[in-house]
Amino acid sequence: MSPADAPKVLLSARDLLARRGGATVLDIPELSVLEGEVLVLIGPNGAGKSTLLLTLAGLLNPARGKLLFRGNSIGTGGFDYRRRIAMVFQEPLLFDTTVFENVAAGLKIRGMGRTEIGRMVPEYLERFGIAHLAERSARKLSGGEAQRTSLARAFVTRPQIIFLDEPFASLDPPTRDALTGDLEQIIHETRTTALASTHDQTEALRLADRLAVMAGGRIAQIGTPAEVMYRPVNEAVASFVGVETLLPGKVVRLADGVFTAAVEGGEIEAVGHVRMGEAVLCCIRPEHVTLSTSASPSVTSARNVFPGKIQAITPLGLFLRVRVDCGFGLVAYVTSQSREELRLAEGISVTASFKATSIHVIRRGGGTGSETV
Amino acid sequence: MELIIEGFKQAFLLIFTLDREVIGITLLSLQVSGSATLISMVGGIFVGTAVALSRFPGRQLVVSLINTGMGLPPVVVGLFVTIFLWRNGPLGSLEILYTPAAIILAQTVIAAPIVTGITLAAIQNLPPNLRLQILALGATRLQMVWLLVKEARLPLLAAVMAGFGGVISEVGASIMVGGNIKGYSRVLTTATVMETSRGNFEIAIALSVILMLLSFCVNAILTRIQQRERPR
Repeated sequence: MSPADAPKVLLSARDLLARRGGATVLDIPELSVLEGEVLVLIGPNGAGKSTLLLTLAGLLNPARGKLLFRGNSIGTGGFDYRRRIAMVFQEPLLFDTTVFENVAAGLKIRGMGRTEIGRMVPEYLERFGIAHLAERSARKLSGGEAQRTSLARAFVTRPQIIFLDEPFASLDPPTRDALTGDLEQIIHETRTTALASTHDQTEALRLADRLAVMAGGRIAQIGTPAEVMYRPVNEAVASFVGVETLLPGKVVRLADGVFTAAVEGGEIEAVGHVRMGEAVLCCIRPEHVTLSTSASPSVTSARNVFPGKIQAITPLGLFLRVRVDCGFGLVAYVTSQSREELRLAEGISVTASFKATSIHVIRRGGGTGSETV
Repeated sequence: MELIIEGFKQAFLLIFTLDREVIGITLLSLQVSGSATLISMVGGIFVGTAVALSRFPGRQLVVSLINTGMGLPPVVVGLFVTIFLWRNGPLGSLEILYTPAAIILAQTVIAAPIVTGITLAAIQNLPPNLRLQILALGATRLQMVWLLVKEARLPLLAAVMAGFGGVISEVGASIMVGGNIKGYSRVLTTATVMETSRGNFEIAIALSVILMLLSFCVNAILTRIQQRERPR
């Protein structure tokens, strides 16, 4: 890709600091949003996702810091900037009027004529599948219809960047799924730059070009979804992105690019750049752990094979979460069908296995000598 | 019972024969209370919205004062407006004591806190993020305030109705600052009090029927405005 083809920075924040009640709720030294990308913020409640979105949207004045849109500083009040953006909140926040009038609101605010409004609004009502509701009161819409109206109201102004603050958090799973699909499609069709926050990792993975994990008002990690999900930088990020087994240990052997770490209750083999004696944290995702039983033995090439006993089985939507005691705690996900086939139950003996390459290693320092390759 | 029936007969007679004095009193009541309500509406909605949308030291105290003002006894208002408008009072130079203007002033003091207080509550009751949503739609600060007021139009019209209801029915302040001067500052409530004290119950009933009809008509018009254009 030539430098001319490289995505341009649309919005950037520098040295951003926000305080509430004397406490720092946002501390972002640097953040850039590239033109055309979808950047999704994930993180626990109170991590600062909404505050960051509101600040970047020019709706909340930070205590310190600078916002640049296409390289130009956003002025006081950010009026010109606010006419180039759109925002959708968790609540639809519709006006007490018809769906048509709601979708037309941003255009009316901009002083657009009736003819133009009459041309643009139906197009977006159609796009979001609410054309048949045009004359209905916004107060009489279902949650999904109301959020579709809110999205149409935002997109009809053709924003250069759209901010989405957990827009589907209060919807039921099927509606959320349908709306995520529609949003995904319209974002890609219109090539709108988007900055979204969500609690839902599936939603985040569907929408995101880049994923940022927030904790305590800071961005703990930012990268492609694969980087964040499979190579978390620390324990907090790992826990949030669904790594359920976190084993602290120490490197005790290095050989042929593979190292052995002594963890409490056993030794595991992993691949990574580490030093002899170095403290490490081994992260194992539950979907990377395979279970077998004597009733249904499996042949595995995995380097890590441990006998253990099932401590607990917890239903988790489409999967079951199985906690196995192998000397150390290990979590695996299995389907209901697998549970029946393997006759898994609490207290029975199983064999848990996982590949050395599926372990993500977080280095905690210390150790001597050369690194593994 | 006969007295009441006679009162209603008398009321209809006075209304349908367009009794000049009664018509004059009715029109003055409408003019005085309408003006006071209009002034209170403009000032009350402005102040109520401003207080609801701003944060400043002492805001809590201001809100408490507004809420206290919503229950001001008319006679207390009448007393203080009289003192202010008295020859030697701070506003004595206006020379409006015992005039309809004085009644308008007193009734404005009664109605304004009612409109302000209900406006304040109505704007504060809107979803907290609505303000941000409107700004994110590209609105100027003025457009944002207008859209919020529009969004709160139902409780705001209720505020106006409450304000009008409060002043059209009050008698204490009107009699104290207006003087109940025949053909000049006599309004429906003061006339009703006077006719009752004279034992002219038929006329007093007639005046009270007119007062209730007037109140009903004005509120019916405001209700129609309130419910108009609500999408189905």
